[in-house]
Amino acid sequence: MEKFRFLPHTADAMFQAFGRTLEEAFANAALAVCQLMWKPEKVKPAREKVVEVNGRDLKQLLVAFLEEILFLFETDDFILAKVEDIQIERQESPPGYQLRAKFRGNRIKDEDEIFGEVKAITYNEMEIKETPGGVSLQVVVDI
Amino acid sequence: MDLKKINEFLWEIPPWGKMKVPARIYASASLLESVQRDRTLEQAQNVATLPGIIQASYVMPDAHQGYGFPIGGVAAFDEKEGIISPGGVGYDINCGVRLLKTEYSGSDLKPRLAALMSGIFQEVPAGVGKGRKTKLGMAVLDEVLNRGAEWAVDSGFGSGDDLQRTEEYGRMKEANPGVVSRRAKERGLSQLGTLGAGNHFLELQQVEEIYNQPVAKRFGLHSVGQVTIMIHCGSRGLGHQVASDYIRMMEDTFGTKHLVDRELVYAPLQSSLGKRYYQAMCAAVNFAFANRQMITHWVREVFKRILGSSQGIEMIYDVCHNVAKFENHLLEQQKRRVCVHRKGATRSFGPGRPEIPDCYRDVGQPVIIPGSMGTASYLLVGTNEAEKLSFSSTAHGAGRVMSRHEALRRFRGEEIKRNLEKRGIILKSTSWKSVAEEASAAYKDVDEVVRTSDAVGLGKLVAKFSPLGVMKG
Repeated sequence: MEKFRFLPHTADAMFQAFGRTLEEAFANAALAVCQLMWKPEKVKPAREKVVEVNGRDLKQLLVAFLEEILFLFETDDFILAKVEDIQIERQESPPGYQLRAKFRGNRIKDEDEIFGEVKAITYNEMEIKETPGGVSLQVVVDI
Repeated sequence: MDLKKINEFLWEIPPWGKMKVPARIYASASLLESVQRDRTLEQAQNVATLPGIIQASYVMPDAHQGYGFPIGGVAAFDEKEGIISPGGVGYDINCGVRLLKTEYSGSDLKPRLAALMSGIFQEVPAGVGKGRKTKLGMAVLDEVLNRGAEWAVDSGFGSGDDLQRTEEYGRMKEANPGVVSRRAKERGLSQLGTLGAGNHFLELQQVEEIYNQPVAKRFGLHSVGQVTIMIHCGSRGLGHQVASDYIRMMEDTFGTKHLVDRELVYAPLQSSLGKRYYQAMCAAVNFAFANRQMITHWVREVFKRILGSSQGIEMIYDVCHNVAKFENHLLEQQKRRVCVHRKGATRSFGPGRPEIPDCYRDVGQPVIIPGSMGTASYLLVGTNEAEKLSFSSTAHGAGRVMSRHEALRRFRGEEIKRNLEKRGIILKSTSWKSVAEEASAAYKDVDEVVRTSDAVGLGKLVAKFSPLGVMKG
């Protein structure tokens, strides 16, 4: 199964991410976002960050989750290599969903090539499709 | 949908369905073609359904689809019945442009151009991942959010004269750091004084043509060949986080089911959340003004170091192109206070407006329109006619026509750099990929955009600039 693919969009970047489960699709969406800024496969997963976000609906949850990548990059010089142990659960209060995951990555080093900047995760044309065959997500990010 | 041609440069979609006002598009026939290729017109019609919208949902000549509102969209709302929407301001709050003039000519600079560009590349942090980080604490950041370019000048970056020639004098007074989230401030702290990437840039240019000698002179331009400095950047991660935070809060408070498009989420201007967003937006506006003021100072330092002096490097003006403003406008022979949203659009006030600095008030406001990488940029002057045409607004630049994805497929950064060098233009960039994405073929024709603005009367041509050196983040 393909992890993600980029689609044409005039001013921003648009991608679709796929997974057998919602969690897998979310993890692949994170990789797609990274791809716009660095090569996650070249980053050593030496450090770990625990991520916890919530959202009223899955779209809010997805935005909050992907935003963590930007936040950690900008404030902690942390570049993501891969997402592990990702779990999404419904919650009662506040009503909605909660997500927990581990970000494995590293501190930016001089050798790392950063070739782009994702400024924001938007709801623009966002789609979350859950079918028996798997999950697909569509996201537009502001670059 | 009925798209009617009103005249050579104006098209209208009369209200239908839930639209409260028409959509009005300022474009030449060729610009209209590209406006029709994406969701711009659909978005312009959606904006026309918003509560309290006055007169029309406007589309500028360089428009393309954006978040909820088109980029190159202008909409004004009634102070009492109207709304404020983060999508109508943009994620990059106060993305804007600053133009400075120097007393050097292009030929004076040529022997030292490479040294200048290297110096600027070293001194001005692009701030994408690596680069110098300003070491400031949260308390100082609150000052920055409160006072914007004023804080920067008081901290030694430039002088009071710079503030005179900045939109809002570099500070929107309604800013309230207390309504900006900690997360937004943390992103801001690590990015204060940085240029950013994407379509942000810093250019050394020279005047290529002067269309209006007397006005150009009043703005500080006297000769063809005169060197100018253009800085295009915004509020970085802080502005984006403010937008994201308030979009989420507005969704949670007011819901999205009543909207024709989720991305148009809004708050009534009179609501507490609406007021808080406006105050947070003002804080982000101030952050961007401080940014451009700091970068101005560093550029002056580089000129001093390499050429021996930064004398004569003076502001022409600094404009916002992603902002919401409370302004008085004449509507049906009465002056009314409205909230004008300009996203990817520039304020274009004519002579007499109190908001214009004393030194320019009898001439009109300078309007700065950057082109895309390696192409011309323009200086225009605002007009009084623009008030009834577009709430005193005009275009902001060239607008994209090709996706970054497509541009990366078609162009290679190294080749673009070589082509620019063949034309004598020096390019400094932190990444080849971003150069390819910014290829000028991926943008609309800025010449056509300003020609339209001039013909309609939204902003009149004053001067044209061509690049000597470009720095990209």
